[in-house]
Amino acid sequence: MRGAFVKTLIELAAGDRRVLLLTGDIGYMALEPFAERFPDRFFNVGVAEQNMLGIATGLAEAGFVPFVYSIATFVSLRPYEFIRNGPVLHSLPVRVVGVGGGFEYGHNGITHHAVEDVAVMRAHPGMTVVSPADHEQARAALLATWNVPGPVYYRLGKDDRTVVPGLNGRFEAGRVQSLGGGKDLLILAMGSVAKEAAAAAETLRGQGVACTAAVAASVHPAPAGDLAALAGGFRHVMTVEAHYVNGGLGSMTAEVIAERGLPCRLTRCGVSLPPDGVSGSQEYLHRLHGIDRDSLVATGLRVVRGGA
Amino acid sequence: MNEETRGVTPSGIRKIILEQSYRAHVGHIGSALSVADILSVLYGGVLRTGGDRADRDRFALSKGHAALALYAALHLRGDISRAQLDSFCGEGSKLGVHPESCLPGVDFSTGSLGHGLSMAAGAALAARLQGSSRRVFALLSDGECNEGSIWEAAMFAAHRRLSGLTAIVDLNGQQAFGYTRDVMDMTPMADRWRAFGWEAHETDGHDAVALRRLLSAAPAADGRPRAVIARTVFGKGVPFMENKIKWHYWPMSEDEFRQAMAAVGGAQ
Repeated sequence: MRGAFVKTLIELAAGDRRVLLLTGDIGYMALEPFAERFPDRFFNVGVAEQNMLGIATGLAEAGFVPFVYSIATFVSLRPYEFIRNGPVLHSLPVRVVGVGGGFEYGHNGITHHAVEDVAVMRAHPGMTVVSPADHEQARAALLATWNVPGPVYYRLGKDDRTVVPGLNGRFEAGRVQSLGGGKDLLILAMGSVAKEAAAAAETLRGQGVACTAAVAASVHPAPAGDLAALAGGFRHVMTVEAHYVNGGLGSMTAEVIAERGLPCRLTRCGVSLPPDGVSGSQEYLHRLHGIDRDSLVATGLRVVRGGA
Repeated sequence: MNEETRGVTPSGIRKIILEQSYRAHVGHIGSALSVADILSVLYGGVLRTGGDRADRDRFALSKGHAALALYAALHLRGDISRAQLDSFCGEGSKLGVHPESCLPGVDFSTGSLGHGLSMAAGAALAARLQGSSRRVFALLSDGECNEGSIWEAAMFAAHRRLSGLTAIVDLNGQQAFGYTRDVMDMTPMADRWRAFGWEAHETDGHDAVALRRLLSAAPAADGRPRAVIARTVFGKGVPFMENKIKWHYWPMSEDEFRQAMAAVGGAQ
C-alpha cells in the first residue's frame, strides 16, 4: 500500500502543483521516488510531528494540499491536538498519512501499534477517514479522495503485494465494497486485515456457512446507506479490524445497526485487551487478538451455530 | 501611516479591552493590555493586510488569550464593526475569548498555546514556494515558550531560512500561576532564540518607534528568521493591574473599571 500510495501521489503531484509531501523523518526506502521527482515539494521536517501538522496547516491556508507522513501512531496521536485545532478547525485540506495501521510494526512493540487511530480521527465530523484493504484499493482511494474539501486521514499498510481476492481495487467514498457470498453471515473488514476476513469467509463457505465478506475502507463519514442495505439482509454480522473494538469499524457498524433498527446481531472482532507489553509478528498479534483467519472461522461458526 | 490605520492607537486598544472585558465580565485583561502597543504598531501600518489578497501578510496570535486586543485593533482599523465588537463573548458570536479564523481578519484560530508559531512557519514556507513577498508574524507569550512545539517550529524555521517569519515574544514575565522566573525560567530569552539560529532583538515592548523599526526591517540577508523579544509590563497602562497575577484571569468590578478607564484616558 505504501508503494502504491507514493506512486499515485507522484502522479497527482505531476498534475497539480499544490500537492506537497512532508515527513517526520519516516519513509526511508519508500518516499525517495517522490523526493527525487519533486525535490522542492518534499520536506523532511525532522522528528517533530506537532510542528509538521502546524506547518501543513499554514501551507494549506495558503492554498497547498500538503500530505504529512509518518508511522500511524506518530502522525495521528502525538500531534492530535494540532490536527484538531489545525486542519479540522480551519477546514483545510491537510492529508494525514499514517503507515502501518494496526499491528504492521508488530515486533516494534506497543508504541508502534496503531489500534486507536481510527477512533480518534472519526470522532471529528469534518474528517474523512480512509483505511484501504490492499494496495490496489489504496491507489483507487487516493485518486478518489485526495482533493476532497477538508482534512483526510489515510491509514495505510506496508504490504504492496497481497490483494484481497475479489476486491479488484474497487473504492468509492461513502460506499462499502462487497466481495459476495451467502446470507448466513456478513463479515465486514477494514484495513489490511481484510485479507484474513476474506480468507475466513472462504473457509466458512467450505464448511457450509453461507458467508459474505465486505470491505469498509471509506470509514468516515460512515457508509451508512450501503452498510444498512447490506447488513439488513443478515441475522449475523461480524466486524474485523486491527484496532480497538471501541471506536473503530465495530463501533461504527454498531451505530448504523442501532440507529437504523436493523434486526441483526453484531460481533466485534478486534483488540479488546489492554496493552501488556507483549509484541511479536503481525501474524502472532492477529492470532493473539482473534483476528487471524482461523480465529475468525471459529468465531464465525460459534456466531452462526452457537448463537453466541 | 495612512488614514485607515491612524486610529489604531495603543490607548484606543486599551480602552476597548477594558470596555469589552468589563461588559462581558471576563478576564485575560493583563495579557491583552501588555500587547496593546505591539498590535498598534502591527495593525497601524506594519502589516500589509486587508481584503482577500493572497499576498497579504499573515498574522498568528499564538497567545490566543489576548484576542480582545486583536479584536480592538481590527475594529479600530475598520475590519470589524462596532456591533461585531459588542458581540464579544455573546451567544453565537465569532468573537470569543480566543480568536477564530471564521472572523474576517483572523488568519489562524488559536487558543491552545504552542500552536501558532508552527502554522506561521508553514505560512512562511508557503510564501517562499509561491514566490510571494508576504511576511508572516506570530505573537507569542513568554509562558508559551514552555511548550516544546515552539522550539520545534523555531528549529524548522531556522533550518529552512524562513526570513519572512518574525516571532514577537511578549516578555511580560507572568504566566497563569505565577511569575515565569518561578514557574519555568526562560532567561536569557533572546539567547535561546539565537541558539536556535534566529536573529534576535530585545526591545521595550511599549516603545512604538523601536517596535516599528524592528518589525518593518527588511528580512535578514542571511535568511535567519527574526525574533523580537519585547519586554512588556503585564497589565500595562492600568497601574493597579501592572505586574499583578490576579489580572490574568480576574474580571473587573465597577469601581475597578472606572479607575482603569481613567488610567487609560477613557472618559467614564
